[in-house]
Amino acid sequence: MAGKTLYDKIFDAHLVRANDDGSALLYIDLQLLHEVTSPQAFAGLRLAGRKPWRIDANLATPDHNVPTTKRDGGVSKIVDPISRIQVQTLDDNCDDFGILEFKMNDHRQGIVHVVGPEQGATLPGSTVVCGDSHTATHGAFGALAHGIGTSEVEHVLATQCLITRKMKNMLIKVEGELGLGVTAKDLVLHIIGVLGTAGGTGYAIEFGGSTMKNISMEGRMTICNMAIEAGARVGMVAVDQLTLDYVKGRPFAPKGELWELAEAAWADLHSDSDAVFDTVVDIDAANIIPQVTWGTSPEMVVAIDAQVPNPDNETDPVKIDGINRALEYMGLSADQAITSIKLDRIFIGSCTNSRIEDMRDAAKVAKGRKVAASIKEAIVVPGSGLVKAQAEAEGLDKIFEAAGFQWREPGCSMCLAMNPDKLEPGEHCASTSNRNFEGRQGNGGRTHLVSPAMAAAAAISGNFVDVREMMEQ
Amino acid sequence: MKVFKQHKGIVAPMDRANVDTDMIIPKQFLKSIKRSGFGVYLFDEIRYLDEGVADQDCSNRPLNEEFVLNQSRYQGASVLLARVNFGCGSSREHAPWALEDYGFRTVIAPSFADIFYNNCFKNGLLPVVLSEQIVEQLFSECAASEGYQLNVDLQRQVVVTPSGEEHSFEVETFRKHCLLEGLDDIDLTLQNTDDIRSYEAQRKLAAPWLFGAINPENSVD
Repeated sequence: MAGKTLYDKIFDAHLVRANDDGSALLYIDLQLLHEVTSPQAFAGLRLAGRKPWRIDANLATPDHNVPTTKRDGGVSKIVDPISRIQVQTLDDNCDDFGILEFKMNDHRQGIVHVVGPEQGATLPGSTVVCGDSHTATHGAFGALAHGIGTSEVEHVLATQCLITRKMKNMLIKVEGELGLGVTAKDLVLHIIGVLGTAGGTGYAIEFGGSTMKNISMEGRMTICNMAIEAGARVGMVAVDQLTLDYVKGRPFAPKGELWELAEAAWADLHSDSDAVFDTVVDIDAANIIPQVTWGTSPEMVVAIDAQVPNPDNETDPVKIDGINRALEYMGLSADQAITSIKLDRIFIGSCTNSRIEDMRDAAKVAKGRKVAASIKEAIVVPGSGLVKAQAEAEGLDKIFEAAGFQWREPGCSMCLAMNPDKLEPGEHCASTSNRNFEGRQGNGGRTHLVSPAMAAAAAISGNFVDVREMMEQ
Repeated sequence: MKVFKQHKGIVAPMDRANVDTDMIIPKQFLKSIKRSGFGVYLFDEIRYLDEGVADQDCSNRPLNEEFVLNQSRYQGASVLLARVNFGCGSSREHAPWALEDYGFRTVIAPSFADIFYNNCFKNGLLPVVLSEQIVEQLFSECAASEGYQLNVDLQRQVVVTPSGEEHSFEVETFRKHCLLEGLDDIDLTLQNTDDIRSYEAQRKLAAPWLFGAINPENSVD
């Protein structure tokens, strides 16, 4: 019998029941909750007179709606009344049902996908769900993690299980060393460009190969986070020493004898050498240079030294239509150099790139330089209160502020603009987030996805520039 | 859950690939804590000419007359015909809520994004996968004939065109059963309470660190 993939192992270990038609009842170890996709689930529980199956398998924090400017007044001072109600509703629901929540002004509050790992709630070999498609982030820990809808949030609250079916296995085998100034973000953008926005649909992707071994936990989170942008609900990486070092000592992580037990159990969290994947994609990391998205889908990505695509070079009518629509929406011309795109705003943050390493990468570029006068606003939004504190301890906030960036409170912020941080129609933004869909960062806004270092470099130059040139200076 | 057995209705063609859930229902409307009322904001950014605001009255907003749902021939449409990878991006269940609240009962496309596909079933909205070739044919037929209707029969797993041509589609047995009977997932799962308890007991022995760790005592303040 062939060996098992990492995904197979975790799926099989959580199988409560397998049905004849291929559907399965899967046990869920951890559900992360935030204010946007949970209110209707809690309302459903109440309506049916049900209680959460296990309080200790849930962790909540508000992130999408919270303001990133001053929060002294607490929830009652959130200006947008509808946002205020939603954040207040999460607080009320968690209080009523006894679920642990890091509330808006708790210094541990932050983006759920930053908070879970940082607190040691995300553990290797576990199943993690959240009403958010970027839940794949937690797969960086050798966990099986994916986004679910609100009905499923309610289902997991009520039963601790998810009705699901096994996905297919895809291995993305990354070999070759990433060059200086080329980050995990550039790697995953490149991978999405290769796979396409639906290339991973129906698959659980394991990111493997020798390159992944040298990528930090923060980088692995960035990569798994964006699996959904290639259509895959699940992205994951095998457990190794880096994983263990990251998890050990965190508040909810096992301690003492339990740690010994856990460490022994986690030793098997990798695909067997004879495991069979349905699809294998080889990626050469050595030739990747910094990436920039030019269009309205994450697959519309090119290298910094390239040009905006020309629809005349395509034959597929769907592609041609997509390029034409994107060019019009983005206000770009075919064959225009990427470096000629001028930016209006800069956003460094989001569940993709708001961890301490991201802050350091951006600060390194910003240090001793100034944001270009043509940039209306450049904001840095750390992923959590703890990331913020760490960055401040390292003096990164001062570097950013001296360069003309704004240093904000943690939250999802301009990634999806549910709070006041958003683009005006027609504005171009260099953003370290994960989606460049039409209107994503504000009605009519034009998003370009890049790495934190590239976003910082764009802020300094006012247009896109190869950050490696600034590093050599 | 809402029952879906068979539905015949006017078809609206959404002729663009990779329609994402941000487009189906923009973020400002996700602030609602309710499950209903999203229909008026469906496709908000391309349906209206002004910028939509949560909780606003849409009756006097300027319409984008070119947008398919604003054209008189598609008024009352309840079958959405779409292109590849429909519903990609965000997991927001507000997307099927908005489609259902608008009046759609079914979406036909060559492919759907996983999470959206799954969310549809929870809301009595039937996603139907037909080949790109057949979908292309349906787009042509729809364009050629005003008032074009399709009949989607879940029991028989076929889409029937006005000429009587039938296109069969696949659907998982369990999902079909739930939609036909309008069964509640949670009730069904709770029928397996003993299985869940026994799994849990065994899991507690194998991975005790996953139990009881997330509590205020362990959370370092």
